[in-house]
Amino acid sequence: MKHITEYRDADLVHGVLDEIRQTVTKPWVLMEICGGQTHAIVRHGIDQLLPPEIELVHGPGCPVCVTPVELIDKSLAIAAYPEVIFTSYGDMLRVPGSGRDLFSVRASVGDVRVVYSPLDAVKIAQNNPDREVVFFAIGFETTAPPNAMSVVQAQRLGLKNYSILVSHVRVPPAMHVILDSPHNRVQGFLAAGHVCAVMGYWEYPPIAEKYGVPIVVTGFEPLDIVQGILQATRQLEEGRCEAENAYSRVVTFEGNRPAQKLIERVFEPCDRKWRGIGIIPGSGWRLRQEFAEFDAELRFDVEAIQPEESPLCIAGQILQGLKKPHDCSVFGLKCTPERPLGATMVSSEGACAAYYRYGR
Amino acid sequence: MCLAVPGKIVETYQADGLKMGKVDFGGVVRETCLEYVPQAEVGDYVVIHVGFAISMVSEEEAQATLETLREIMRLGEELGPEPDMQ
Repeated sequence: MKHITEYRDADLVHGVLDEIRQTVTKPWVLMEICGGQTHAIVRHGIDQLLPPEIELVHGPGCPVCVTPVELIDKSLAIAAYPEVIFTSYGDMLRVPGSGRDLFSVRASVGDVRVVYSPLDAVKIAQNNPDREVVFFAIGFETTAPPNAMSVVQAQRLGLKNYSILVSHVRVPPAMHVILDSPHNRVQGFLAAGHVCAVMGYWEYPPIAEKYGVPIVVTGFEPLDIVQGILQATRQLEEGRCEAENAYSRVVTFEGNRPAQKLIERVFEPCDRKWRGIGIIPGSGWRLRQEFAEFDAELRFDVEAIQPEESPLCIAGQILQGLKKPHDCSVFGLKCTPERPLGATMVSSEGACAAYYRYGR
Repeated sequence: MCLAVPGKIVETYQADGLKMGKVDFGGVVRETCLEYVPQAEVGDYVVIHVGFAISMVSEEEAQATLETLREIMRLGEELGPEPDMQ
């Protein structure tokens, strides 16, 4: 397939890997932000092909992993209402809340449906005027424009039975938390290509400058990833710290302005709790007041939830690049994709799931 | 979640007030919302995430990147492996 096949060319990938070996003289720690990149790196064995000087640690860019357990519990409570059709991206169904997951709600009382796009959820609301349709609007900047559009479209269609349970998060505030930590090891970032497709990368030069870290916008195919690593390594070796773009066929500095405009119209910044990490100020988006009628948290009475997390799970430290999945005492033993204790073992973007699946 | 794949627009139309299109992913064709790429036309490549085109794919940038990386590979081959100094 065009724009995919070329970026899986083994000769080219090995050519760039050779160049990384020629370039590197000292040990460096890089973090790939996006869980999709983590999976690509481990699936293609890029982590094992890199010279030993380059260590990759895995970032927080897994929306399923960072959605706070309180909100998972709220989704379970809402999904159990008899009038509700609860719609979600498939990834969320097996994420453990305090006691159970959406799958078990579906198996017992709830009408829980997996959708490909939030517009599918709007269609379900159109086709079921006597039911309440709720969409679980999780995700980073990439997913915010589709989720925002679903609300605008529901409003345009005059739907009174559509609402969203919002748990939006943003990348740059999380980068600040990682870099501000006294335990931080990250010396350079591979920025998440599809987040930048929407937002551009104009937010990154000040971060690169403030903390002295190179930030390279990176894509998802093997060639994209080794190119991002090469550019970050070159910067580190040359003592530079700039925001660069290694995914220029998709990402521009400004990003997608129409998408940014709709995000701004529908959402406003808010503090957000990240599962395993805690509250990060200004790191989330919530619905603006004029769209409050589409807010599932206001529509359904779901207060008084007392969340419980497994005390054994170290996902929060893994998501900040402080630990690796195999540093966890229960990895692959008490915690497996079949019986996960934390969301990082479930998601198709979770670092623990990647390590388990590809035998790291 | 932020997974997104490139595909080629094969048809555009309006539905419920939205600019929509059919996008071909190497033989699999799916409906896609094109509201965020207002300039996109049939034949263009776009990156699709959860049923929405979030970006155009720039053919020129793609070619320039590939050419740079091929140049890196050629130079590496010409220079050969570093001599083993014993």
